[in-house]
Amino acid sequence: MSASPRIAGSASAPAFDVERVRGDFPILTETVHGKPLVYLDSAASAQKPTAVLDAVRRFDAESYSNIHRGVHLLSERATDAYEQARGTLQRFLGAADPSEVVFVRGTTEGINLVASSWGRKFLQAGDEVVITTMEHHSNIVPWQILRDEIGIVLRVVPVNDDGELLLDEFERMLGPRTRLVSVVHLSNALGTVNPVARIVEMAHERGALVLVDGAQSAPHLAVDVTALGCDFYVFSGHKLYGPTGIGVLYGRREHLESMPPYQSGGGMIRSVSFEQTLYAKPPARFEAGTPNITGAVGLGAAADYLDGLGREAVARHEHELLEFATERVRRIPEVRLIGNAQDKAGVLSFLVEGVHAHDVGTILDQSGVAIRVGHHCTQPLMQRLGVAATARASFGLYNTRGEVEALVRGIENVLEVFA
Amino acid sequence: MSSELRELYQEVILDHGRRPRNFRKLDTAKHAEGFNPLCGDKVTVYADVEGGRIRDLAFQGSGCAISTASASMMTEALKGKAPAEAEELFEKFHALVTGNADPEASAESVGKLAVFSGVSEFPVRVKCATLAWHTLRAALEGCDDPVSTE
Repeated sequence: MSASPRIAGSASAPAFDVERVRGDFPILTETVHGKPLVYLDSAASAQKPTAVLDAVRRFDAESYSNIHRGVHLLSERATDAYEQARGTLQRFLGAADPSEVVFVRGTTEGINLVASSWGRKFLQAGDEVVITTMEHHSNIVPWQILRDEIGIVLRVVPVNDDGELLLDEFERMLGPRTRLVSVVHLSNALGTVNPVARIVEMAHERGALVLVDGAQSAPHLAVDVTALGCDFYVFSGHKLYGPTGIGVLYGRREHLESMPPYQSGGGMIRSVSFEQTLYAKPPARFEAGTPNITGAVGLGAAADYLDGLGREAVARHEHELLEFATERVRRIPEVRLIGNAQDKAGVLSFLVEGVHAHDVGTILDQSGVAIRVGHHCTQPLMQRLGVAATARASFGLYNTRGEVEALVRGIENVLEVFA
Repeated sequence: MSSELRELYQEVILDHGRRPRNFRKLDTAKHAEGFNPLCGDKVTVYADVEGGRIRDLAFQGSGCAISTASASMMTEALKGKAPAEAEELFEKFHALVTGNADPEASAESVGKLAVFSGVSEFPVRVKCATLAWHTLRAALEGCDDPVSTE
C-alpha cells in the first residue's frame, strides 16, 4: 500500500488522539458476550458521537416543528436549523452553492433520484451508462431498470485480481453514446480507492457526466466535489457518524436545474392549480413532502464533528490502522486478503482457509469483535473474484491498534475451533 | 473458547461441514434451489422419490459449516423415509434449532440431529441450519421458484 498524497500531513492539522476521540462515542463502552465491544463494522454503519446525539435531542426538544410552513417561531427555528445543515454540508463537500445539496434518505435514494429524474429525461435507447464491476447493488439495479425501460446500454469496467479498475478498458468503453459514468469512489467490499478525478477527466473529455457513489468515501477521505470535478456525488449520513434515513445528493447546479421532479407533492412546487403546476427551484424541487428534518440537523452535526477533528487527520489515522491491520493479518498463514489495491482505505476483506465467512463472523462476535460477513451487496464483484463471501473488518476514526490485536486473536480463535 | 461456541461447533458438525455426505447431483431426481440472500449461501437439493419413499437424497452448493452440515446430515437422516416423515422430522428439527423444542422429547426424536441444539443460542444462524430443509420441502412439493430465507 503506498502512502497517499491525499492524506499528506500538514502543519496546521490538530493532533489526533484516538483515546480522547473514543470518549465521544458512548456505545464504545458497551460489552458484548461479556467482552468489550470491538466495533469493526463502520462501513455498514458507523456509531454516533455525543455531538450528534445531543444535537438531535436538543433540536427535537427545543426547536422542532415543520419547516418552510408556519409563521410561528418554532417553524422559523426549525427551518433555520435545516437550512443551516444544508450550508454545513455544502462546505463539507466543497460545493459552490447550498442549492446544490439535496437532502435524500441515503446513497440509494440519491442514485435512484438521478436515474429516475436525469436518466428518464436525458437518456434514450442506445445511450450508454458505464459502471464498474465493484459497484454496490444500489449502483447497478437502478441502471438495469432504465435498461429494461428505455433500452440504454449498460457497460461494466472490469477489475484486475487485486481489485483495481482497468483504466485502459474504461477508456476503450467511452464512446460517442456514453452519457454517464456512475462509479464508486471507495469500494465497500474491498477498500479500493478509485482514481475518480482521473475518471472524471476522461469522461468529461468525451462529454459524459459522472456520478460518484461516495457512501464510503465521504466518511474516510477528505472529499471535495469541486476538486473531483464530478457532476453528482451521493452519500449516506449513517456511515458518516450521523443518523440513518438522511443523506445527500450533490448535483451541479446546471444539472439539477435541468431535471424534472423525482417525487411530487408538497414542498416542491411554486404554485399549483388543476391546470398547471410550477415546480420549485432546486433543491426544494427534489424534496417533496416533509423531509427528515431532525436527520438533516444530525447529519450537519456529524459533518461539523468530523471537521472539528480534521478530516486529513482522521484519514491519516485510519490509513495507519489499515496498514497495521494488513501487516498483522497477513502474518496468519491461513488468511487470504481479498482486495490488494495500491490505494486502499478503511476496509480489510479476508478469507480464512477452510472456514466460511459466516462461521468466522459468529466466532469473532463471541470474542466481542463485530465484523460484516457475506457478499456486501456486491455479488458481481464476488463472482469476478471467485469468492462466495468474505469477512470484512472496516475501520472508523475510533478504532485502535488494540482492536486490531483483538481481531487477530479472534481469527486465531476461529482457527482453534476449526482445527 | 466459550461454551456456546463449543455447543454450536460440535465435532460432528465440523466433520460434516468439512466432508459433506451425499454431496452430488442426482440427474433424474426432483430438485429445488435455496438461497440465503444475506450471506450468499446457496444449495440445490435433489430428492429421488419412488413408491412413496425418498429413495435417494443428495445436495450441492456452498455455505457455512452449519448449513453444509445440516444439509449433509439431513440427507443421511431422510433416506428411505416417506415425504410425510421428512416433513415431521423437519418440524422437530426446526423446533430444536429455534429453542422451541420440549427438551426431553426432542433429543431422542431427532436422533443424530440433536447436535444442532446449540444453534438455538445463535438466532441469526437458524436460517443457515434450516436452508436445506426448506429447499427439500420445495423439491418434494415440486416448487420451481427458488427458496429464499428472506
